[in-house]
Amino acid sequence: MQDMLRRYGSSLTGAFVALVAFWLLVLVILPNLTLFEQSFRPYLPVVDVGGPKDTYSFNNYAKFLNNPVVWNLFGFEVTVPVHLKTFLSTVFFSGVVTFITFLLSYPLAYYLAKVVEPRSLPTLILLLFIPLWVSEALRAFAWYIILTFNGPLNAVLVGIGLLDKPVRWQNGVLTAYDAIVIGLVYTYVLFMLFPIYGSVQSLDRNQIEASEDLGAKWWQTHWRVILPHAKPGIASGCVMVFMLSAGSLLVPSVLPSTSSNWFTQTIQQWMLESQDWNTGAAYSFLYILLCTVVVALVMWLFKVKLSDIAK
Amino acid sequence: MSAGIDLENVCCDFGSFRAVDNANVAIRPGEFFSFLGPSGCGKTTILRMISGFIEPTQGTIRIGGKDVAGLRPNQRPTALIFQNLALFPLMPIWENITFGLEVRGVDKATRRRKADELLKLVDLPGAADKMVSQLSGGQKQRVAIARALAVEPAVMLLDEPLSALDLKLRQHMRAELRAIQKRTGVTFIYITHDQGEALAMSDRVGVMSQGRIQQIADPRDIYNNPVNGFVASFVGENNVFTGTVQNPAGGVAAFETALGTFRARLGEQARGPGVKLYVRPEHTLLSDAAAPENSVPVTISEVSFEGAFISVMGNAPNGQLLTAEIRNDGSATVPAIGAAMHMSFDPARAAILPDAAVSGG
Repeated sequence: MQDMLRRYGSSLTGAFVALVAFWLLVLVILPNLTLFEQSFRPYLPVVDVGGPKDTYSFNNYAKFLNNPVVWNLFGFEVTVPVHLKTFLSTVFFSGVVTFITFLLSYPLAYYLAKVVEPRSLPTLILLLFIPLWVSEALRAFAWYIILTFNGPLNAVLVGIGLLDKPVRWQNGVLTAYDAIVIGLVYTYVLFMLFPIYGSVQSLDRNQIEASEDLGAKWWQTHWRVILPHAKPGIASGCVMVFMLSAGSLLVPSVLPSTSSNWFTQTIQQWMLESQDWNTGAAYSFLYILLCTVVVALVMWLFKVKLSDIAK
Repeated sequence: MSAGIDLENVCCDFGSFRAVDNANVAIRPGEFFSFLGPSGCGKTTILRMISGFIEPTQGTIRIGGKDVAGLRPNQRPTALIFQNLALFPLMPIWENITFGLEVRGVDKATRRRKADELLKLVDLPGAADKMVSQLSGGQKQRVAIARALAVEPAVMLLDEPLSALDLKLRQHMRAELRAIQKRTGVTFIYITHDQGEALAMSDRVGVMSQGRIQQIADPRDIYNNPVNGFVASFVGENNVFTGTVQNPAGGVAAFETALGTFRARLGEQARGPGVKLYVRPEHTLLSDAAAPENSVPVTISEVSFEGAFISVMGNAPNGQLLTAEIRNDGSATVPAIGAAMHMSFDPARAAILPDAAVSGG
């Protein structure tokens, strides 16, 4: 602060601080605080707002546990609240997305960091980035077209004889979330790739060679030397992809099946279709809290420290 | 357990650059062999070819008589100690040491026992559960040696492992390495640019320059009978005279220079241009009167006290700077600057040598 004052003078420094404060207070903290406050109040006709019925309660949060449905889970029939089912599905498939992006990214990151010639690296990274220049919505619609019944994927697979007849991909072949998972993987894979690339790149090549020289096979070197070193990068990539997937509204809306339901869509239904911002806000905060708990749990499971990710 | 290594006509090209040119050497089982040379001379490339990280462009490498072409580093009976040691920072010391056993499927209890044994061997007991970052430079060095010994290699390859240590520790580790080598009987191949290190530790030294092995001999021979000017200058100081060879006869020749004609031993390949006369400063004698032969009058220009010896520099009549070293044992008086004296040398202690052997030569 002293340094800034000396360098820019009091008026310019004042302007910087005021702008940052405005952004933080008025555009971030205040709207969130308002929503947070609203989440504890009932959804009322305008005339009743501020009246005797407008009292604080946890009723909006409790709606999360309403409306039990029967859920067929691997052959077992369990009865769970419908929104809990949506939440669990969302978390599970976000986890699947995270896992698939990791499987795709790690070999590629290793290849970029340690195998490829430095000369061709900029070209490769540019090629990876170009799809990112197209808007997320367009990319999701592109997958919609690829996966559609009369689309190119079916045409090619039937054409080369891999399939006898076209498949309704979007309805789901393995699960109802196939298309969403594909779309999310495609959208967020680079958020996994670059943190892992960064951490693998920082590994001294001699470590890899020392491992091989001591007799390790290639997979032993990856398992004992490269993966442990890349763990912070993998962890931050996983947290990012998981949170982005769980928070995505666009991809699940563009690539849904008849029975898929993403939790962001539930929040959107409360806010836009039911016009019930109070419950929508309650669900949003609950969602953030629960996702954070899931992430913290997984980090604890894999012995990842918060300071690893912040690196 | 230890194995010899044969390099036969080994060449290594990087694009159009020839890093190693026609290397031929037979390293004996149990030998402490050093490759000595300036950076970029190809010594590390030789080491990496033996360990299997680089395949030779031409030629054959045999370890223990067996051709190792196409074998990966993890299939060769060699263990490499890296210049920066390359210990695994995320594993405790004992896991570092027994990593080579772990990947071979040795069970944990045996590995732990082996680690304690090896830590005792390298004089570092009780460090098993520490992390790499908790050790000092010299201790890390010992761990690296223990880690390499754990896989019971037939050949240990060491790539300037002492270069990161300070002088005192380096000298201590020299003796330690030598002792470990004698105790284990493993063939050691040592890479260094430090001539003192190479001469003090090795059974034999191969001096390299510009991809070629210039001379292979035991340390005394390297220093006392260098085959060419490069070896003579790389392993020590010299007074160098340029001139032409006259009347070679029986390994001795006259050498005509601007400072007169000297007599000296004639090197085997001392022919053609680039031939020079080399005399070590400690073989250069200082006297008040001119010696009967090989004598040059000098004016003393600098006297520098080095502790064990005193280095005396003087200008010859043509301006050439010559150096003589006198032992600091009180037997000789230290000359004053500006004094007129004579420097001379024994013909048996001076050699007429060609320049370094280069590619295609």
